[in-house]
Amino acid sequence: MPNMSLKKNVMPTQPADERNKNFNEVALGYTAEQAIDEAQRCLNCKNRPCVGSCPVKIRIPDFIQEVAKGDFESAYQIIAEESSLPAVCGRVCPQERQCEGKCVRGIKGEPVGIGRLERFVADYHNAHSTEKAVRPQSNGHKVAVIGSGPSGLACASDLAKKGYDVTIFEALHLAGGVLVYGIPEFRLPKSIVQREIDGLKDLGVKIETNVVIGKTLSIDELKDEYGFEAVFIGTGAGLPRFMNIPGENLNGVYSANEFLTRINLMKAYRTDGDTPIYHGHNVVVVGGGNVAMDAARCAKRLGGDVTVVYRRSEKELPARAEEYEHALEEGIVFNFLTNPVAINGNENSWVKSVKCQKMQLSDPDESGRARVLPIEGSFVEIEADVVIMAIGTSPNPLIKSTTEGLETQKWGGIIVEEETGATSRENVYAGGDAVTGAATVILAMGAGKTAAAAIDKKLSGE
Amino acid sequence: MYRIVDKKILNPTVTQMDIYAPLVAKKAKPGQFIILRVDEDGERIPLTISDHDKAAGTVRIIFQVVGATTEKLNHKQAGEYIQDFVGPLGRPTELDGIKKACIVGGGVGCAIAYPIAKALHEMGCEVYSIIGFRNRDLVILEDEFAACSDKLTVMTDDGSYGQKGVVTEPLKEAIEAGERYDEVITIGPMIMMKFVVATTKPYGIKTTVSMNPIMIDGTGMCGGCRLTVGGETKFACVDGPDFDGFKIDFDETMKRSQMYRPFELESREKVCNLFKKEIE
Repeated sequence: MPNMSLKKNVMPTQPADERNKNFNEVALGYTAEQAIDEAQRCLNCKNRPCVGSCPVKIRIPDFIQEVAKGDFESAYQIIAEESSLPAVCGRVCPQERQCEGKCVRGIKGEPVGIGRLERFVADYHNAHSTEKAVRPQSNGHKVAVIGSGPSGLACASDLAKKGYDVTIFEALHLAGGVLVYGIPEFRLPKSIVQREIDGLKDLGVKIETNVVIGKTLSIDELKDEYGFEAVFIGTGAGLPRFMNIPGENLNGVYSANEFLTRINLMKAYRTDGDTPIYHGHNVVVVGGGNVAMDAARCAKRLGGDVTVVYRRSEKELPARAEEYEHALEEGIVFNFLTNPVAINGNENSWVKSVKCQKMQLSDPDESGRARVLPIEGSFVEIEADVVIMAIGTSPNPLIKSTTEGLETQKWGGIIVEEETGATSRENVYAGGDAVTGAATVILAMGAGKTAAAAIDKKLSGE
Repeated sequence: MYRIVDKKILNPTVTQMDIYAPLVAKKAKPGQFIILRVDEDGERIPLTISDHDKAAGTVRIIFQVVGATTEKLNHKQAGEYIQDFVGPLGRPTELDGIKKACIVGGGVGCAIAYPIAKALHEMGCEVYSIIGFRNRDLVILEDEFAACSDKLTVMTDDGSYGQKGVVTEPLKEAIEAGERYDEVITIGPMIMMKFVVATTKPYGIKTTVSMNPIMIDGTGMCGGCRLTVGGETKFACVDGPDFDGFKIDFDETMKRSQMYRPFELESREKVCNLFKKEIE
């Protein structure tokens, strides 16, 4: 008999009042008993709507049945068929909009905690597995992967398992892309990312950090001089957007990228790091996505009183539900229907306050999303000494501008054939945010896998 | 890890190092920069490439000891290694078509001005170099500039060497004496560049400045290096570091560069104390 409880097993977490003062992981993970109990809530229904709404089509009910039986390693093997980064995706996927959003248990009550189960299974495997990756027989083909974020890691992993000689080129000094510079430790411990990267190295993947493709080397050089037969571009969407409002260049105004990079990659939150960060007393974060939640929760942990301003209402908030709930619990204040129009500074050119226009929802646009209109003459001024702009990012133009014949959209996204990830340049593939603009880890991972399959097909001559 | 092939003390606060980084050396052009980290947990700092040797695979950097990171770097010796070294970043200085130029360098900025003067000289351009320092002890690269300049003027604030005064004085004299420069290129402290621009602007002489703001990644990702150029926000790391001097909002840029000043002073003191302890 399935477990007919209407509620998910509650995820154990650090108490909100403690965790908002440290950078340790917030969620502590299910115990084996909780995982089995939660897995028993799955009806193993025929339609499997969860699988249909998973971007990489993980056989979700099948892995959950293994969890229910207590065979966690078999569960892991089922997930690993489709996912290169289960421990990561179990933590950062927007499950409520994917698998769990379609779960039939969610019609009456809460859906099965699929994300929490995925995380449990991956953590169990990582803690108990003693198998070391076996380096496969080389097939003699060389492939270059540009960028070591989710799409690059997935692409490199699939190709290396097939015997390709893969080199990843990373611009920063540390591999992992957004998983290390963007997502904070308390949401995705860096040891988990490092484990994935070490796994790739065991497979024989070489990682060259401190190489900026488009500056240090070009794609043409990789192909012509270094003998890479195919190149995968997984450079993400790293260029921060600003609002172009007065006062945005005042001291104390950060892009979310800068703020998060200082904290996550450069460890500015630690007292022994060399990279400084300004610990704001009154912090205003602009935006409503996951990046805004990450920035707000980091600022809170640095000791600030944090307010998030978002121009639409709570209902339209693009962040994962769990991040929003955690942020609320941690004492972050949300001002909805509020849109900054100017940032005011003091006599030292340091931020003093943010002037915001109050907004109202209006008829939905073609995409069905509610439009927002300003309420004439209605303004609020919020005191602030740090302002963080988290309103989105665009693809970096470095590769486009140095690779002749590589076609891109007007906004910078690389144009690819959807089924293969092939670009307008022969044997050059792309995927992830560099193609789609800012999206999710799992979509990027899926795109890396798609391109890996296409590269394999092309180079093996099948 | 990147090996320090050679180290030379140029003056009490300025050091020159050649770093083995063949990929960077192969691509480097005047005006471009690198980002380095001295050690694990170190911060990333940008330094402009002062010279490079493709055959030897080395890149020359010249830096002034101003904060914790440059202090730590200065304690490294030839044969030792630094953690990270990436580049060449930024756009090269545009030199095409310049027939007659005035290069104005100030302090450690001369290290960046020098490769530009050299490149111009090598392409047959007439070069007048004006280099300024606080005093005699701080003068660097005089011989190098002399070798690639048709005329060289050395200025010191206190008159202990060369002529007494600031760099804008000989610049103004030359312009008023009828010298017609296609371009003035100036690199040095922000305040000096601001005054060079104020000197050339009335004559409408194209003036290029090289900006060296706070940055982290150097590839356009953080936006920390943004500055207002002609009313638009630009990123020094990818749009620069060279900009049209007439369009720069110097006051804003100077204030932005002070953003971490209290942290810098504190962390430098910590590092200095650390080294002191080692000596004791």
